[in-house]
Amino acid sequence: MIAEAGLAALWLAAALAALQLALACGLGGGQGRAVGTIRAVAVGQGILTALAFAMLVALFLRSDMSVLLVAENSHSQKPWLYKFAGAWGNHEGSMLLWVMVLAIAGAILALFERRLDERTLGASLGAQAALALGFFAFLLAASNPFERLNPAPIDGRGLNPLLQDPGLAFHPPTLYLGYVGLSVAFSVAVGGLIRREVTPAIARAMRPWVLAAWVMLTLGITAGSYWAYYELGWGGWWFWDPVENASLMPWLAATALLHSVNVLAARGGLRAWTMMLALVAFSMSMVGTFLVRSGILTSVHAFAVDPTRGTFILALLTLYIGGALVLLAMRIADVKEGAPFQVVSREGGLVVNNLLLSVILGVVFLGTLYPLIAEAMLGVKLSVGPPYFNSVAGPIALGLAGLLLIGPQLRWRRDSAPILPRLAPGLLAAIVALVASLIVAPGIGLLPRLGLTLGAGLVPASVMPLFGRSLRRTPLAVWGMVLAHLGVAVAILGMASDSAFTKEQLTAARPGDTVAVGPWLVEFRQVMPAAGPNWTALEAELRASRGSGVIILKPQSRFFPDPPTTTNEAAIDTSWNGQLYAVLGEQDEQGRWQLRLWWKPFVTLIWLGGILIALGGALALVGRLLRERSQRRRVEEAFE
Amino acid sequence: MSRAIRFVPLAILLLFVAIVAWRLAIPDDTKIRSRMTGQPVPAFALAPATHGVQGLSSPDLATGQPHLVNVFASWCVPCIAEAPLLMELKRNGVAIDAVAVRDKPADVAEFLGRHGNPFQRIGSDPESMVQIALGSSGVPESFIVDGKGIIRYQHMGPIESGDIPALLREWEKAR
Repeated sequence: MIAEAGLAALWLAAALAALQLALACGLGGGQGRAVGTIRAVAVGQGILTALAFAMLVALFLRSDMSVLLVAENSHSQKPWLYKFAGAWGNHEGSMLLWVMVLAIAGAILALFERRLDERTLGASLGAQAALALGFFAFLLAASNPFERLNPAPIDGRGLNPLLQDPGLAFHPPTLYLGYVGLSVAFSVAVGGLIRREVTPAIARAMRPWVLAAWVMLTLGITAGSYWAYYELGWGGWWFWDPVENASLMPWLAATALLHSVNVLAARGGLRAWTMMLALVAFSMSMVGTFLVRSGILTSVHAFAVDPTRGTFILALLTLYIGGALVLLAMRIADVKEGAPFQVVSREGGLVVNNLLLSVILGVVFLGTLYPLIAEAMLGVKLSVGPPYFNSVAGPIALGLAGLLLIGPQLRWRRDSAPILPRLAPGLLAAIVALVASLIVAPGIGLLPRLGLTLGAGLVPASVMPLFGRSLRRTPLAVWGMVLAHLGVAVAILGMASDSAFTKEQLTAARPGDTVAVGPWLVEFRQVMPAAGPNWTALEAELRASRGSGVIILKPQSRFFPDPPTTTNEAAIDTSWNGQLYAVLGEQDEQGRWQLRLWWKPFVTLIWLGGILIALGGALALVGRLLRERSQRRRVEEAFE
Repeated sequence: MSRAIRFVPLAILLLFVAIVAWRLAIPDDTKIRSRMTGQPVPAFALAPATHGVQGLSSPDLATGQPHLVNVFASWCVPCIAEAPLLMELKRNGVAIDAVAVRDKPADVAEFLGRHGNPFQRIGSDPESMVQIALGSSGVPESFIVDGKGIIRYQHMGPIESGDIPALLREWEKAR
């Protein structure tokens, strides 16, 4: 019954989306009068979709094996958290989650949006409904999550063991909130373009959504990076895998949008550009979803390849992105530009920021698709890996970091005051770090050295905007900016330190052997069997000592019987100045165990930086929303 | 802004759609085939993999008659599923030789005892040297070698019942 109720809710929600679109197109009376109805319909659509998703989660929690999706992706012996997460650890469930976020975002826009005029809001909700309708059709026609299975099996096939990790419970939903949150920026931009109302009000309506989506994408990418780092046992934190790039591209576009939307909201500038970025950001989300879901690119995220589904999503994204870009091309001549600004100004800095981010986006987009382009046009099979991305995107990203030393210190419109005093703290710290790195570590590569230099310079530079302000009266949004930029500095320091100073040891060791890695002496004591709720494992005991400090590490090689898979569980010890990372491999014929050890100084700064960036974004979001509310109150009081 | 620039994003989208549509229409062949197909079998000589069988060397594969060379191992689970189908090929008159990869004599004997022995000769390849020389990507894998010792056909992965007709066709071609 639950499955049928879920399916019914999904059909009803799709019908409401169709109604919402029809109303927005002007059917059922003048558009102005219909906006109240459109709002109600959007809320209903959100509630029904949430209901359908709740039904699916209930089916997974009850292990209802008569539902095909549950039987294929769950197991009655699984811990409840993974039953719960199993609801979106598969194609159909994750697409339902996607649509649910889309519909709920539309509902929230309908309930709370007060900055846009009624007609622009109506047009935006129409665009949101058009997006939802396509994805409802996709679910109902090609990916029904509620399909029954007869006869029902007893146990189910289980969830890929790599995905049986607490991280999975949160990583996809977080990313999806980010991906799909950008849909509102897309819809509002489409609404504004349709109504020829590209104004600062549009930017202010878009901004909280862009901020929220960007915070979620930042968290999702940070969590995904850490998951790959500790779960895959390769000791790396970013692999330029197509699926990673699929999440990085919307993030890059959203980061650019986040900055340009401020120029439009505050100064009325960069109107056409901001609209284009809003379209591109969600387009990148759809492209990302397509790349992941169609399995078109070879990836470690080996999702099932399904040409039918791929074709369906491709048709949807061509329709939506193509339609929006045609609209943009038609309306761009009508978009009036706002107040002019000089090159050396906050706006000027933000334009360069946007250009650099766009170039990085282009580099990642091209690199991700190049294997396809090369094969289609030149008939050559090749793969594009870290050497390309690191050497092309790396220097541009460092250029962006260099800009960050200067940009936030500049004033709006024009800045003729001497700049050097404002730049001095950052430059000084950068020079000190450069000299120190040349003395302490003369042998490291150019990119890591530049990273250390710029990262060190950015620490004081990112705090500079607080200088000379009354800290109590500083708006929360400025605190958010400072915190996010500080996060960038911290993350760059972590990345540079990891690539400059990591020590690696790959050995075949017998119990009793001792291996040195970095400052650590690691004694390989023994290998013992271990067991968990749905796995058995071989567990090594390593005694690592540094000075007087001693720790025990227990890396495992885990075997999951259902489906039969072996995973390596790395053992990681985190101390204030880095991580010791150990992986147990296989046993060779002479009875020696493959042992992989890394000492990674300050590697944790990478994810700490990511969290700081997200926190900064969250702070800015809260600050903006609170300020708007108090402003609205003041206006209302003035009218009373 | 000039008119042409307005349509640049649209052009990029169309290029993207064209290329991925091409890939959806013609799915990628992710198998990396052996470059040895059409080449003579590399020279090798392998000791018997267990008691009571003959070893395998490259001259054994250039006898004027075609051979099917099965790369397998007793520790390989798909090889168990493949075993009855090799017996069926043998019943159809296919001469089958084997390379046992990284195996132990006792394990090979147990495997043959349990799943039958369709092989004329079984060479032991303890370091995967011959497997790599043949360009085999894993176990199980099968090669059809013609009477002159030239590799004519490569079958990757376990032989399944649906593969039998194709294999018999290739076998006839190699005669």
